[in-house]
Amino acid sequence: MTQLEAKGLTKQFGARVAVHDVSFTLAAGEVLAIIGPNGAGKTTLLSMLAGGLQPSAGELRAPSERGIGWVPQQTAVYSKLSVAENLRLFARLERVADLDAAVARMLTQTGLAERSGDPVGRLSGGNRQRVNIAIGLIGDPAVLLLDEPGSSLDPRQRARLWEFINARVKAGTSVAFTTHDIAEAERYANRLLVLADGEMLFAGPPAGLRSAEHDDDLERAFVAFLAEHGH
Amino acid sequence: MAISTLRALLAKDLRILARSPALAGLLIVYPIAIALLIGLALSSSPALPRVAFLNEIPPDQAVIRLGSESIDTTRYERELFQAIQPVPVSSLAQAKADVRNGTTIAALIIPPQLPDELASASETAYVDVIYNGNAVNQSLVENAIESKLAEANAKLAAQLSRVADSYIDLLLRGGNLDFLGSSYKILGLDKASTLLAAIAAHLPSSSPVRAQIEQVDQFARIAVQHLGSSKQVIGAVAAPIGVNQEVLSGRRTPLNDYAVAVAVAVSLMFVCILLASGMLALEREEGTLARLRRGLVSAELLLAEKAILAALVGAGVAFAMLAGIGVLVPLGWGRAVLWLVAIVAGGACFATLGVAMGALVRDVRAASLLALFVSLPLVFLALVPSAAVSGGLFDVIRVVSALFPFKPALEAIDAAVNQSQPGLLESLGHLAALIAGFGVIARLALRPTSS
Repeated sequence: MTQLEAKGLTKQFGARVAVHDVSFTLAAGEVLAIIGPNGAGKTTLLSMLAGGLQPSAGELRAPSERGIGWVPQQTAVYSKLSVAENLRLFARLERVADLDAAVARMLTQTGLAERSGDPVGRLSGGNRQRVNIAIGLIGDPAVLLLDEPGSSLDPRQRARLWEFINARVKAGTSVAFTTHDIAEAERYANRLLVLADGEMLFAGPPAGLRSAEHDDDLERAFVAFLAEHGH
Repeated sequence: MAISTLRALLAKDLRILARSPALAGLLIVYPIAIALLIGLALSSSPALPRVAFLNEIPPDQAVIRLGSESIDTTRYERELFQAIQPVPVSSLAQAKADVRNGTTIAALIIPPQLPDELASASETAYVDVIYNGNAVNQSLVENAIESKLAEANAKLAAQLSRVADSYIDLLLRGGNLDFLGSSYKILGLDKASTLLAAIAAHLPSSSPVRAQIEQVDQFARIAVQHLGSSKQVIGAVAAPIGVNQEVLSGRRTPLNDYAVAVAVAVSLMFVCILLASGMLALEREEGTLARLRRGLVSAELLLAEKAILAALVGAGVAFAMLAGIGVLVPLGWGRAVLWLVAIVAGGACFATLGVAMGALVRDVRAASLLALFVSLPLVFLALVPSAAVSGGLFDVIRVVSALFPFKPALEAIDAAVNQSQPGLLESLGHLAALIAGFGVIARLALRPTSS
């Protein structure tokens, strides 16, 4: 079942075209990795999907009942508020019916129940990112968008983060995430979307990109693919 | 729905404020400290300059007799002591030493010949003042002594005028003149004229003596007429110019009361602008602005929430400050509701300017700097008196001041506290127009930009 559908999404900032004519769908329980070089338009595309940016052109069909959860690259939390207070505030803003239950669930799922009263500013980078993701999930969204979720985490923290996200995926949540880490994309994504200079160059499974470049190493195949397309 | 979102955001921001100990402490301590400072400054008299004082007039010569009037020089001494804090010294050398070593900032010497000079009524009497060469101190003492001397001169002139009057009356109507312990009977020009007329009537009309007596009689009559009017002239010379005061265009505020309004307006401005711009910039700095703006909170609601928060906190601080000043300085508590209206309206306008600034910048430090750079010149411009600059420049200053909230907020607070002109309603209308204008600017500034 399609959870998210983008048709011809375009975003212009003045004369500069950041994203041009991007179309794709995201099915329930699917994990999509958006990869590309710096300045490719990955974050702009994700911001449009999240509703933070209005597309200049194109259409976006998003789930109406259970909305979209968004996890920005930089932790977007109130450092003076506690973990529980942050979760409760965003649960209220997301109009979650049972605030207490939603907060308790996210505290359990993130493993932060014991630190629920601690100000977020005092948490480690990994725990702050967990709170950041928990806020994205507090409204139990059908689609979760993550902007470079593992970039500030060490390997152990990144593994725990994906353990947590995969549990949601198994429950039917669709995930789209941007990353520079090709290994992370290969390990966790069902599908890749390659962007360069705002243009969508490839959409398909990682195996498709490997076979297109006749290279078993996805990172090498990705670099060769970009070079072939003049990037 | 919007109300519950607004409540949730306000509760969140108040919690954040409460957990910023320095800021929360400042918001509590600031109004108390400023209220105390201003209240004490306005309610207590300024300290008088310490001046070494040497009176060389012998005690038995302190009262001078001039005709029927007696002039007590110690009375003028007492009046002078209202303007200075006298430090009695026993000699001129000690007076100079005190000034030189800084014990006193000046010395005032009353010379022994002062009563004689005053009694002579023909030469100016002098007192001697010694300064330490410090321009500020000299100016302070000069002003204090000169103003009191001017008062003393005016009173002395009035007394001397009365002495002159009594002598003129004696010349006109006659009487007894006490001089150097003896009493003399004075005939007076009135009676002299009557006597001369009676003598002349008994002389033959051809007598040369009669013609001479009639000439003297005529002189006496002219003297009587003109000496009568000379009393008015002497009275006028004693106080040549007086001042009649008229205040145009409604009530003007006394300087002390205006200082209260200025202090409250400045405090309200800083709290509201810094808080509104800082809290909005904090959302951007923490990354939460983008999260809130993706459909959770509308831009208008977010801006309104920050403005309401800043206006309420600022109004609380300003009202507490005004109430604190009111404990020390008499203020019209019957108008307290109007104070609150003016403070809340002014606070809302400052806060709207603050959110416009906060929307333009990316972090709290930049927001604070921008707030200071904009606010301080506005205060100076709004307080420039019209006579201090050329007409054209003052018109420019007036227009610039009208485009920002400080001047109308100050006028609103002044009108509410001191019933000054322009009235409260006019100032509230001005503030409402500015709120709308800055609201539009803030909304435009918060549009999403390139990520």
